[in-house]
Amino acid sequence: MSATARLVVVWLALLVLLSSTVAATFLPLGHLRSGVAYGIAAAKAGLVLWYFMELRSEEGLTRLAGLAAFGWIAILFLMVAADYLARGWGF
Amino acid sequence: MRDPELHEPFHDLARQRETDRFGMWLFLASEIMLFGGIFAASIGLRVVHPRAYVAASQALHLWLGTANTAVLLTSSLLVALAVEAAKSGRPKRVAWLFIGAALLGLAFAAIKGTEYWLEYREGLMPGLSDAAIESGAQRLFMDLYFVSTGLHAVHLTIGVVLLLTLAARALADKLEGMTASNVALYWHLVDIVWIFLFPTLYLARPA
Amino acid sequence: MRDPQPLSYLDAGHTLKSWFLTTDHKRIAILYLFGITFFFAVGAVAAALIRLDLLTPAPDLLTNEGYNRAFSLHGIVMVWFFLIPSIPNTFGNFLIPLMIGARDLAFPRLNLASWYIYMVAGLITLFVVISGGVDTGWTFYTPLSSVYANGHVVAALTAVLVSGFSSILTGINFIATIHKLRAPGMTWGRLPLFIWSHYATSLILVLATPVLAITLLLVAAERVLGLGIFDPRLGGDPILFQNLFWFYSHPAVYIMILPAIGVVSELVTASAHKRIFGYWFVAYCSLAIAGIGFLVWGHHMFVAGQSIYASAMFSFLSVAVAVPSAIKVYNWTATLYKGSISWDAPMLFACGFIGLFVAGGLTGLMLAMLAIDVHVTDTYFVVAHFHYIMVGGAVTAFFGALHFWWPKITGRLYPEAWGRVAAVLIFVGFNFTFFPQFMLGYEGMPRRYHVYPPEFQVLNVMSSLGASVLAVGYLLPLGYLIWSLFSGARAPANPWGATGLEWTTSSPPPPHNFVTQPIVTRPAYDYPPLSNEG
Repeated sequence: MSATARLVVVWLALLVLLSSTVAATFLPLGHLRSGVAYGIAAAKAGLVLWYFMELRSEEGLTRLAGLAAFGWIAILFLMVAADYLARGWGF
Repeated sequence: MRDPELHEPFHDLARQRETDRFGMWLFLASEIMLFGGIFAASIGLRVVHPRAYVAASQALHLWLGTANTAVLLTSSLLVALAVEAAKSGRPKRVAWLFIGAALLGLAFAAIKGTEYWLEYREGLMPGLSDAAIESGAQRLFMDLYFVSTGLHAVHLTIGVVLLLTLAARALADKLEGMTASNVALYWHLVDIVWIFLFPTLYLARPA
Repeated sequence: MRDPQPLSYLDAGHTLKSWFLTTDHKRIAILYLFGITFFFAVGAVAAALIRLDLLTPAPDLLTNEGYNRAFSLHGIVMVWFFLIPSIPNTFGNFLIPLMIGARDLAFPRLNLASWYIYMVAGLITLFVVISGGVDTGWTFYTPLSSVYANGHVVAALTAVLVSGFSSILTGINFIATIHKLRAPGMTWGRLPLFIWSHYATSLILVLATPVLAITLLLVAAERVLGLGIFDPRLGGDPILFQNLFWFYSHPAVYIMILPAIGVVSELVTASAHKRIFGYWFVAYCSLAIAGIGFLVWGHHMFVAGQSIYASAMFSFLSVAVAVPSAIKVYNWTATLYKGSISWDAPMLFACGFIGLFVAGGLTGLMLAMLAIDVHVTDTYFVVAHFHYIMVGGAVTAFFGALHFWWPKITGRLYPEAWGRVAAVLIFVGFNFTFFPQFMLGYEGMPRRYHVYPPEFQVLNVMSSLGASVLAVGYLLPLGYLIWSLFSGARAPANPWGATGLEWTTSSPPPPHNFVTQPIVTRPAYDYPPLSNEG
């Protein structure tokens, strides 16, 4: 597949993912809703990072730099969420 | 395309190229942490006021937001194609693809502006026109909505300016491949931030 | 015939343009040195006002509002305009390329931009000072800062935010440089520990500072637009501010201490003329401090209303983060053991650091314990703890670095006797200033108050007297170091007989650091074995 064709295929995949995430909003998924929405978002971001931003051809160090921030911000998310969730537990 | 020039303190071009690329990714990492703070705030809000958050999300214009997401994804495609064109030494193609992406960026801004206008009209803008805001939590949601999309719009505007500047340079055949791909990376980051803002703000609505 | 190459980077151009448009990391380091010295003076004036006011229990020097502004100014200026840039942007800038055998940092123009951004932030801060300052404390807690405070809060927030960009760009520059510009043969395992420390610091600079930026932006937006994210009257959560603020500000204290730790590793090995004990322990512990340091921020919020389970977890992790620091202290001590020690000023500063850092660290462990912290939080115990680390540790290490690398930077030797006097005065003055504060805090004197019960006066007076001795100790180097620029003996390339690539080039170095590219074949700290080692 030529580079151009590959990029167009990725774009189509992104549009498919966009359609499915909007469609999923209307499904009665209950507790899974945010998980599905963010999972699809992560997949879209992954496609953009890997193909559009060319992480697939970068060296490991550069990949680490790109992905480290996502890992790091997860620390903030997890611990802030944990604090808020645990407040109601009482002592 | 202009050939890259070796500059201090490097001894060879390959090392210089690797370092430029690595430095750009480090900068992107810092931008991810920047937007992360806003996402943390919205996580806090959603955990504490789950029902109000979901209701507030419903008041946003889902289809305009969806259209905007598609617009940005497409602009990312054009930018990625431009980088390919730069690699095969076709500066005019680079220029037109960058201009196309910039126009899509402006389209995004126009759609966003329309949404802001509708929210103002519908009374969803805290402070300026908030008759329709029903709860404190919804007000906070709208606060975060305007701050996060506003900050995103600032980054988008910077991106549009960069794309147009580089397009002009490409037309004069004075653009280096490394500069083009670094600006492309920045644009893709603007896209990725929106990819996560979209479900956070628009898709929390009730089924 | 062409002019011969200038021998010193100081001689490569004498115009203003050659300084203010320089891309030479060594000149940029000196530009930073001027900036941070100026802000150290500003912060010190604020400290002087505080200590003078605290001589008496009554609020007789400053008004309540004036006192609030004094300690806010002291904190803001000292943290962001002195401590954070001090070692990294002067010694890191100057030494990193030299130590790894490079001709400059990876992005020299970005380095200059960092300095200009720092100076712009500094100018905004000066504007805030001149127009009366802010009373929010350096911590800008909401809703005081976002709703109720008077003064140019938004300007202060902007100044700090802008200084943050300078930090981020520095971090990017250092990480890229250390990865990509090491000389042939300079493997990670041969790097001076100063480099490992600055690498760890840079990781924090890049990953933590942006969160500060967004947090302060949100506070400014709240103040200007009345948003309500942090305002309880509107359903917002002030604790959210504290979570976001401390997510940056706790790692920030490691930004302030890790470079100092790197300096001490260099001072100890050079003074003992001995290889560091446990190189990889020290190297990995730097990274561990940076990593674990991101997980402990809630220990600033034990009594703020966060859940008890979060507090327990943060308490446990805060104890854990002390371990890598303690390991380093053992490594330095073991390095000194049976070393051939030169008791020059750098060694005295290093020893001062180790003692005061241990005291600060042990009291930090006490504060990590939930039960103790509840008793002493927001008292002078906490103030004393962090001054032991920041001043007893970081500032002492800064002065140690200043003396140790002065010959390399300026090409002159400072008068050694005066250096020793300054080191001792600083150590004595420091302890008299801050040890009484542990006692004051434990007995209940709150921080940020200038009115206190009369029974606390004796300790307060002792602290203020100590501060005046400390001030003399800090002023002395200003005198003799400047003197040495004109009348000091010329320095050889390696006056200390230390290892490290920076000592293989002339004092001061040529503009691109090395006449020929160094090729590294020996390990770090490759001192010859001492005669009693067999």
